[in-house]
Amino acid sequence: MAELPKVNPEGSAKTYSGFGIPLIFPAWIIIGFFLVIPVAMMLVYSFLTKEFRGGVIWEFSISAYDQFFLYRGLFGDSPPVIEWTYISIFWRSIWQAGLATFCCLIIGFPTAWFIATRTGRNKTIWLFLITIPYWVNLLIRTISMKFLIRDNGPLNEFFLSIGLISEPFHIINTNFAVQLGLFYSYLPFMVLPIYAAVERYNFALSEAAADLYASRTVTLFKVILPTVRPGIVAGCILVFVPSLGAFLAPDLLGGAKNFMIGSLIEEQFKGAAGNWPFGAAASMILLSLVLIVLTFYARNQTKGQI
Amino acid sequence: MKKLIKLGVAALTLSMAANIATAEGKLSIYHWFEYIPQELLDKFSAEYDVEVTMDTFDSNEAMLASLKAGKMGTYDVAVPGDYMVEIMAGDGMLDTFTKAEMPNHGNIMDQWVNVGFDMGRKSSIPYQWGSTSFSVNRDDYKGDINTLGIVFDPPAELQGKINVLDSQGELLALASMYLGIPQCTSDRDQLKALNELLQNAKPHWASFGSDIAKDVLVSGDASVGMIWSGFSAKAREEGANVEYAFPKEGYVVWMDNVVLLKDAPNRDNALKFMNFLLEPENAAAVTNYAAYTAGVKGTEPHLSDAVANSPESNPPASPVGEFVQACSQEVQTVYDTIWTNLKK
Repeated sequence: MAELPKVNPEGSAKTYSGFGIPLIFPAWIIIGFFLVIPVAMMLVYSFLTKEFRGGVIWEFSISAYDQFFLYRGLFGDSPPVIEWTYISIFWRSIWQAGLATFCCLIIGFPTAWFIATRTGRNKTIWLFLITIPYWVNLLIRTISMKFLIRDNGPLNEFFLSIGLISEPFHIINTNFAVQLGLFYSYLPFMVLPIYAAVERYNFALSEAAADLYASRTVTLFKVILPTVRPGIVAGCILVFVPSLGAFLAPDLLGGAKNFMIGSLIEEQFKGAAGNWPFGAAASMILLSLVLIVLTFYARNQTKGQI
Repeated sequence: MKKLIKLGVAALTLSMAANIATAEGKLSIYHWFEYIPQELLDKFSAEYDVEVTMDTFDSNEAMLASLKAGKMGTYDVAVPGDYMVEIMAGDGMLDTFTKAEMPNHGNIMDQWVNVGFDMGRKSSIPYQWGSTSFSVNRDDYKGDINTLGIVFDPPAELQGKINVLDSQGELLALASMYLGIPQCTSDRDQLKALNELLQNAKPHWASFGSDIAKDVLVSGDASVGMIWSGFSAKAREEGANVEYAFPKEGYVVWMDNVVLLKDAPNRDNALKFMNFLLEPENAAAVTNYAAYTAGVKGTEPHLSDAVANSPESNPPASPVGEFVQACSQEVQTVYDTIWTNLKK
């Protein structure tokens, strides 16, 4: 076996202190300009007073957060009770995104494994095949999906013609259709990071596990999964986070009957509600939720490495 | 291959540069989607030597939000609906013009000159008007369709096959008409009844969608679709066997208007464009494309037969349609709650 390259146990990031540091200023400027400033603006807006029909009045107010958590009846003058409407909208989105992530993982992991274990040219071809559909715009793909699954679409026609079903299978405008849309949209975001992790996996470890009488299942759960975990976690985050804010799939495939987080926020800016502070507050609450999940993960990660 | 791409890019750059170099001036339009024929824009471009750019929106509210979020000063003209003209004027977003600046001002039909949202037409001109109601696929349902009950209390065979516009103002206006209560009512019992009506109707609806309103009728995904008159005519043209209803309880009438925006970067070209749209021939071109009705005199000779005689554009003498009203802030807040309740 060839000699392994020496690896600094502290990771390479900490050891570098050369003259190149100023080279990362552009990155800092981009992060500052396109991330920190907009988020700060959103935070400020969420604490302002709403102006009728869109816009804000520069007066401090917590009414946006109040509206999110407390319900005061249809006319706004009953004693406040907990507002479940928005919490349930958030819960629905989280559930949908979670399920999509799970489905992507179940399908994506074997796919990534399959690709990573091909040799040479084949690997490239499979990777290429995975990415081809994503050269087409997401909107077009979602609309095509809609054409495929509708009551008299090709999918139903096919199943009807082979006699598998006797009447059209109703998929369009259901939660299942939304699930299908999310799963299809974000699958490569799961496959690619896992592929990258599996490709680096040293198969000698599997052999070692087998030598030590580990069964296939034990090898999978005790050796393979822990080793490729960073890839899996990255894939899960890449699928979960955009699914959470998705509104194309719910709107086009789910019939826009129920708000998702994305469409709820959109309605505050683009719809009749015109309630910018509330839209900003809902975005901040979403952002906080995502940050909490990510922080939790980051802490777990560092613990795991010790 | 690389060479070919380079050539293409070079040609593109050249042609763009040529456009900029030759055009006398510019005009920036903020318009609804699928609402003006490209040929008409090209005609204006050629006639006045102006480079035209256009962005589109899909609801009055979306347009307002985008203008409020800092787009004022980038567009010259926009095309808001009736109540939105009033709102924009109230917010000081509109510029005014004199009759001398608009030589074709006299072409505006008399009944559209003194309108509630812009008395005397000082900052807007009529673009097209039409109605909002619903269409029913006659293959799927043979009964009487001239009642809003088809949407709000549908017969069993139509349940679960209904698409409604994702538009709060129009949906709540139609619902109010069905209940026989005034629009923007502040009466609590009436508002509760409105909320209840929508809650009970929703399980019968398959989807909410405005840009899909025509397609779901053509594809057969929906048997009933709340829809704009011209969109229904287009669905019919595309082969759907649909009939547009003029319900006995009433329906919504709207008028879209071209407004001169405050701080328009090309005010002169904007006025030229508005004046251009008041030419009967050009107004008719829009009507032939969008299948609504122009608010300009003398368009008849230029109209295609199909559009002039379309049942959607020729409502019966009664019932008459009503404009959607802009509610007060108090009522609008309740409307927003009702809307959120509906879609939670």
